Amino acid sequence: MTITELMPFSVLVPLIASLVCALLPGRFWPWAVTLVATITSAVIAAITLPAAAQVTLSYAFGNWPPPIGIEYRVDAANAFVALLVAGMAAVALPWAKKSVDREVPERQGAFYALFLLALSGLLGITLSGDAFNIFVFLEISSLATYGLIAHGSDRRALLASFRYLIMGTVGATFLLIGIGFLYVMTGTLNLADLAERLPEVRDTSTVRAALAFIIVGMGLKLAMLPLHLWLPNAYTYAPSFVTVFLAGTATKVALYVMLRFVFTVFAPDWSFVVLPLSTVLMILAVAGMFAGSWVAMFQPNIKRMLAYSSVAQVGYMVLGVSLVSIVGLTAAFLHLFNHALMKTALFMAVGTVIYQVGSGHLKDFRGLGRTMPWTLTAFALAGLSIIGVPLTAGFVSKWYLIQAALDQGQWFLVVLILITSLMAIVYIWRVIEAAWFQERPGNQPAVGEAPLALLIPTWVLVALNFYFGIDTRLTVGGATAAAEALLGGGMAP
Amino acid sequence: MSTLPQLNLFTVVLIPFIGAALIALAGTHRALREGLSWSSSIVFFLAVMGLLVAFLDGDSASQTVWEIMPGLAIAFRLEPLGMLFAAMSSTLWVLATPYAIGYMNAKGYSNLGRFFACYAIALGAAAGIAFADNLFTLFVFYEILSVSTYPLVAHTGDNKAKQGARTYLALLLATSIGLMLPAMIWVWTATGTLDFADGGILAGQVSPAAGAVLLVLFMYGTGKAALMPFHRWLPAAMVAPTPVSALLHAVAVVKAGVFVVLKIAIYVFGLDYLRELATSDVMLYIAAFTMLAASLVAIRQDNLKARLAYSTVSQLSYIVVGAMLAVQLSAIGGGMHMLMHGFGKITLFFCAGAIYVASGKTKVSEFDGLGRRMPVTFFAFFIGALCVIGLPPTGGIWSKWHLVAGAFDAGHTAIMLAFMLSTLLNIGYLLPPVARAFLRPLPEGERSGFNEAPWMCVIPLALTALGTLVLFAMAQSAFDLLGGMFGPVA
Repeated sequence: MTITELMPFSVLVPLIASLVCALLPGRFWPWAVTLVATITSAVIAAITLPAAAQVTLSYAFGNWPPPIGIEYRVDAANAFVALLVAGMAAVALPWAKKSVDREVPERQGAFYALFLLALSGLLGITLSGDAFNIFVFLEISSLATYGLIAHGSDRRALLASFRYLIMGTVGATFLLIGIGFLYVMTGTLNLADLAERLPEVRDTSTVRAALAFIIVGMGLKLAMLPLHLWLPNAYTYAPSFVTVFLAGTATKVALYVMLRFVFTVFAPDWSFVVLPLSTVLMILAVAGMFAGSWVAMFQPNIKRMLAYSSVAQVGYMVLGVSLVSIVGLTAAFLHLFNHALMKTALFMAVGTVIYQVGSGHLKDFRGLGRTMPWTLTAFALAGLSIIGVPLTAGFVSKWYLIQAALDQGQWFLVVLILITSLMAIVYIWRVIEAAWFQERPGNQPAVGEAPLALLIPTWVLVALNFYFGIDTRLTVGGATAAAEALLGGGMAP
Repeated sequence: MSTLPQLNLFTVVLIPFIGAALIALAGTHRALREGLSWSSSIVFFLAVMGLLVAFLDGDSASQTVWEIMPGLAIAFRLEPLGMLFAAMSSTLWVLATPYAIGYMNAKGYSNLGRFFACYAIALGAAAGIAFADNLFTLFVFYEILSVSTYPLVAHTGDNKAKQGARTYLALLLATSIGLMLPAMIWVWTATGTLDFADGGILAGQVSPAAGAVLLVLFMYGTGKAALMPFHRWLPAAMVAPTPVSALLHAVAVVKAGVFVVLKIAIYVFGLDYLRELATSDVMLYIAAFTMLAASLVAIRQDNLKARLAYSTVSQLSYIVVGAMLAVQLSAIGGGMHMLMHGFGKITLFFCAGAIYVASGKTKVSEFDGLGRRMPVTFFAFFIGALCVIGLPPTGGIWSKWHLVAGAFDAGHTAIMLAFMLSTLLNIGYLLPPVARAFLRPLPEGERSGFNEAPWMCVIPLALTALGTLVLFAMAQSAFDLLGGMFGPVA
């Protein structure tokens, strides 16, 4: 079996496993099956990346040759994202067992089946080379995600899930309209084929509208300001494990789809000219960076605080894209990867606190530094990464982002990036101060350190944050390859 | 040849960090914790001395630990200024350890595992700054130093301590991330390197205007040098227990600040290039203003620690002035003042803490007659004050001598005058406490009779006072060492 034939299985294994999972009773087997399926998927993704970085892999489903049939087309860009998604899921699952047992005590078979569906949906979006197929997988993953969020033990989870459903459906519909317009104009749905045929017809308002629809639709899924309204509630009320998984993966995949269309399908020398994309994205990115960080500084609920921080971090990624250069895109991909590492670690630490204390409010963090030192130290160290302290992964992506801004002489962006980093210090610091420099109120029950099953995965991620802050060969190499794959090695206008 | 082992630089930097981890693990176990504090400070001292001996033999070590991104590496190299800084802080750490143990136990503080661990981390960070071979490495350790000292400042945990610690951290982080980091990135984009090089790396690489802006960014970005108006953190940090004020806010942290200023002036800008910049005179006069203004504020402080804090602000500016004068003599004088003031000021802080432990008094106006009860402490205070003022027979005279000579060399008469004026002001705020203690009678109703602080506190302060006298005799070797910054013939 060649790597090309193996590659589709990273989508198929979780898809098939989800069927099995839905039928399994009890608490152990659904989790075990999910773990095995996810690790298999991650391993396949890991094998695919080096191969895809050399040549573009293409697999035709049912032996129908593209562009007639559905094609999986994998280059460095989507192999990188796929590895991130499957890898984060595989790292999060060992952590999930304890947390899910507590927060979703019943019908775990269905819960894990939804998780596997969401995972295979996200991987399908990433690997697929067919526009309509992307839409289908987007719907699979979205519907599964709504179900997962609704599993939250707080009743407000239902409302959060419903709001996400409304907005997510609007986003998916926009994508579908955009794809429909493209199909009308070109008669094809294959991405590579679209890229070839579009130049003939691209000076029409239909194609311009298609671009706008796709960008807005994906901007919604990506939680780009001002389309981020679903995210804080969804992340706050979903079960901790779902938040951990979504924070590292869902928005990243949406960003990838947006990039794939803007860069590969439309070609940057058109899409950044016909619409003032660069300006719009830059303004929205900066606004997101500021608004997200600003709101995060005043959030009493730590999960919600991290959710708003995600809005800000998405801003960094979009900012990298808006610079339309190899370095800028590299920075975007780097931050896509590094942000997954740091946010997953942070949500895991908070989830661990919720597991022990039962709440994620700032006031419940008081005095925890002494009773749960390992958990809170993990939070503090992952917080350093989100601030962008040297030797952490966060520093590497910010360094590239600043380089990209400087290459274009955009001095003010450097200042803005640094100011938002200072804001990150403030919101992380509130937690640290509460945990270590405030006494635990006497009326609160005493808590001890969390079980190792939660601590070890959290610390693995914290360690990864530092590892990728020091050894940047894999991340920078992968991100550069991804950026070059999208920009075709050439330079944009 | 030396019998001391010559370790590589990274290992030396790691010693305090390993010590800190062990101390944190020892936690509440008192004997183990104190034993580890002693041994890590002594091992670190021996390791630095091993480097010093080899360095004096002309053996310059350098080491690249890891290249994070192309051209951006964690790298260390020995050079005269850093050697001096490391030697000073390791020596004073050994002396401060018994003092800290004695003081913290006498005042019954809790959470000592965290305290001594952070104390050790701060020293490791100082060593990292001292040996850094490029701006990036320096920046990393500079930030570690800022963050690791926060728990020390906030140690008592009450609202006042938290407020002070917040000001402390906010100012240090905001200046370093807001000003120094952009300056560093700018240098990297302009020159493609962040390495420290003899004669500087900026000359001819950026426009004069850019160089002038960069200088301002770097000088204010080094918040630890406490140049006005970013000096507020230093008085705010005085809420910390006295051993912290003594070792960190008289030596490690503030000296790291002026060390960075000197290092950037000499190895990034280069003195010749620095003189050409439009803003170097501006910064020079801001520093001179800080020097005088802080002295004036110090005179008005009744709380001894606050008075010493403002005195430190003033003395740090001597060194910044030394760097901004941009002649070799003044730069060497600045380096020497780093050393002399370190010994003098730590003595004064040790004394302030000892007075507080023995008598509970913190205000200068309450010191009447205390000299009779605490003769050793107040005599040491007197010596330390002489050193900070710059009078013989203490080392302080030599550094001021070279600074003034440098000002004369550079043709800045006004700066010479400012030095003289500031020295008079120093006398005005440092000698009255001693005079009150020895010349005035004790207030009615207070017991006379000998009452010193615990010996663990008194012996270190006597030793550091003695150190200032030794430095008076040995100043020439420090001068020769620093002369090495500018090639064989200084």
